[in-house]
Amino acid sequence: MFKTLLARARQGYRTAGFPAEEPVLPPLFRGRPELDPTKCTDGCRQCVDACPTGALRIAEDGLELDIGRCIFCEECVAACPQGAITFTRDWRLAASRRADLLLTNGDRPEIDALRRELRRLLGRSLRLRQISAGGCNGCEVEVNALGNVVFDGSRFGIDFVASPRHADGILVTGPVTTNMKQALMTTYEAVAEPKLVIAAGACAISGGLYRGHAEACDGIEGLLPVDLYIPGCPPHPVTILDGLLRLLGRV
Amino acid sequence: MALATTRNAVPLPIAAVPVMEADEFRRDVLAAIDAGGRLLLLIGLPGNGHATRLLAAIADDARGEILVASAVVADAYPALTPDCPAAHHFEREIREQYGIEPQGHPWLKPVRFPPGGPAIGDAEFFSVSGAEIHEVAVGPVHAGVIEPGHFRFNCHGERVIHLEISLGYQHRGLERALRGGPDRRSLYLAETIAGDTTAGHATAYCQLLEGLAGSECSPRANALRAAAIELERIANHIGDLGALAGDVGFLPVASYCGRLRGDVLNLTAELCGSRLGRGWIRPGGVSRDMSSETRRELRQRLAAAERDMRNAVDLLWKSSSTRSRFENTAVLTREAAADLGAVGPAARASGIDLDARRDFPAAVYRDRRPTVAVGETGDVFARAQQRWREIENSVAFLTQVLEDPGEGPAVSAIGPLAANALVLSLVEAWRGEIVHLAATDAAGRFSHYKIVDPSFRNWFALGFAMRGQPIMDFPLCNKSFNLSYCGHDL
Repeated sequence: MFKTLLARARQGYRTAGFPAEEPVLPPLFRGRPELDPTKCTDGCRQCVDACPTGALRIAEDGLELDIGRCIFCEECVAACPQGAITFTRDWRLAASRRADLLLTNGDRPEIDALRRELRRLLGRSLRLRQISAGGCNGCEVEVNALGNVVFDGSRFGIDFVASPRHADGILVTGPVTTNMKQALMTTYEAVAEPKLVIAAGACAISGGLYRGHAEACDGIEGLLPVDLYIPGCPPHPVTILDGLLRLLGRV
Repeated sequence: MALATTRNAVPLPIAAVPVMEADEFRRDVLAAIDAGGRLLLLIGLPGNGHATRLLAAIADDARGEILVASAVVADAYPALTPDCPAAHHFEREIREQYGIEPQGHPWLKPVRFPPGGPAIGDAEFFSVSGAEIHEVAVGPVHAGVIEPGHFRFNCHGERVIHLEISLGYQHRGLERALRGGPDRRSLYLAETIAGDTTAGHATAYCQLLEGLAGSECSPRANALRAAAIELERIANHIGDLGALAGDVGFLPVASYCGRLRGDVLNLTAELCGSRLGRGWIRPGGVSRDMSSETRRELRQRLAAAERDMRNAVDLLWKSSSTRSRFENTAVLTREAAADLGAVGPAARASGIDLDARRDFPAAVYRDRRPTVAVGETGDVFARAQQRWREIENSVAFLTQVLEDPGEGPAVSAIGPLAANALVLSLVEAWRGEIVHLAATDAAGRFSHYKIVDPSFRNWFALGFAMRGQPIMDFPLCNKSFNLSYCGHDL
């Protein structure tokens, strides 16, 4: 008992200051990309050809980067001779609308906080049932990190629960494999109304690296109505927490 | 006919691989295993027309050699499993992928339920009957933030008679997508074979490419890759020790280890920008060099993390209530581990002295060897202690590597890939031995790509360890193995 207390003193207080303070992110952190349309004039397509997930395209109005597909590998940055694409250290990537993930300049995607009525219903807690539907466990690692003392989602009432019956919504990761589709839909149906759907990671949003595979469904788009998209491969725990807090109108 | 011999990441002309009759193949492969060899893999390669080419690779761990043999079969062949239980999952896979019948295999159930076959879960399950026998079915959606899988326990009261593990829910067509490559997606697909083993699988992939190209990374690039692999090992092991503490309700240790795992992931992010090491390993080396200042800081932060880890984990060993839950729980005997072909810390905890870093050294491990810890008792306690001893050894090894990482560029260009070649790439990642195999066509592109995650071999060992255990110990036992669903399902 004494040793346990001594260890407690030694291990110290470790909860991060975020969101009251800016999050501590590594210098090399790859956050929200910014496009400079003035530098991309000739439409050389080198970035488009380099992208492993087809996240870039030359639209009518110029270059467009879909961060719902992006895996933040920076192949496009290396490929672009003009330096038109840069990855900033901005962790705020989540959006309420799919279209907001299509970036053409330096704008940040937006989140509409939940309606007051729904927030009142949730009170000070948000209980989610996580459904892993065919990803690589990377998003699960980072979602799990919300449970540790550093990110500590339960400070804000955010917890992951075992039963969909206890949940206010689901958080889906993975491209939704054919083999997980039914389990995903059944779990969703088991959550009481009103319910939220959150898509975390490039796979859940668009299929990510597995887009177009016969073994998967290109994410949850078209299967379920999505309330929040959290891009990344995987998203940093701060990005996930920021998205959830803004959805709840807490940031 | 003599078996062809190769080494880790050394390509072999496909024409050099002997093609045998099915009976001869079976006899020679079993003879090599009887002589002390270990089945690395047994797979199918698409052959001409209707035929399939079976290919077996056997590890000679003492010599660091890999023996390869093949046979062309049409509809059926005599199964190896009755004489080599380690082949059982591979033969189920062969039957699922090629429709070939391994005759005499005791239990040819689907492995991943790919499209075109039976729907997921539509298979016969083991059943036990008798008074007071009951079945508990769990999953695919589990209680926590965990990947999907289906578990069926046949129980007598609280006691588990048999646990059947049915996977495939994470099957996303990964190996198929790698065929025809390498292309712009290949490296990133390799990184997502199992997200918690990004460095391990990316290294196996890159090492395979470099072997096919006959290119070498600089000593420094190899040292920096070892940093990625060892940090991954430390982060996952400490995270699992925390989870084991959580499963027996020892929450302070669970909290400390959860934080410490994050600290090690953050170190990885400091070095490459991603907590999971995405974009760090590249064909020909690593994405960026490490300055001497960064290396010094990394050593210091690693030493500080080790002190805190020791402080937290010591509580586990000194708490009698924890020990009583860990000791003699879910024993995997040495014999069972060897028969089933188990690998990694789960096998070493049962006394199997295997480590690809020592037995099939490549890159930095050729010159510098980490100490290999080997346990004895094969229970949850042994697997927990195994994790801790591997953390200690990895920290010591990494500290030494960071002191003098050698010279050379962080990344070197690699040449064209050998045509009509076969190569195996082995990496000892945190869960155990990863094997990647590629065959190239006349243009030097992947005509076949096969991935064997350590989980593929260890899932059955988990089921085996649960026999005779109270069902309430399953979460604890499961966590002591912590196997990958996505690495298995591909």
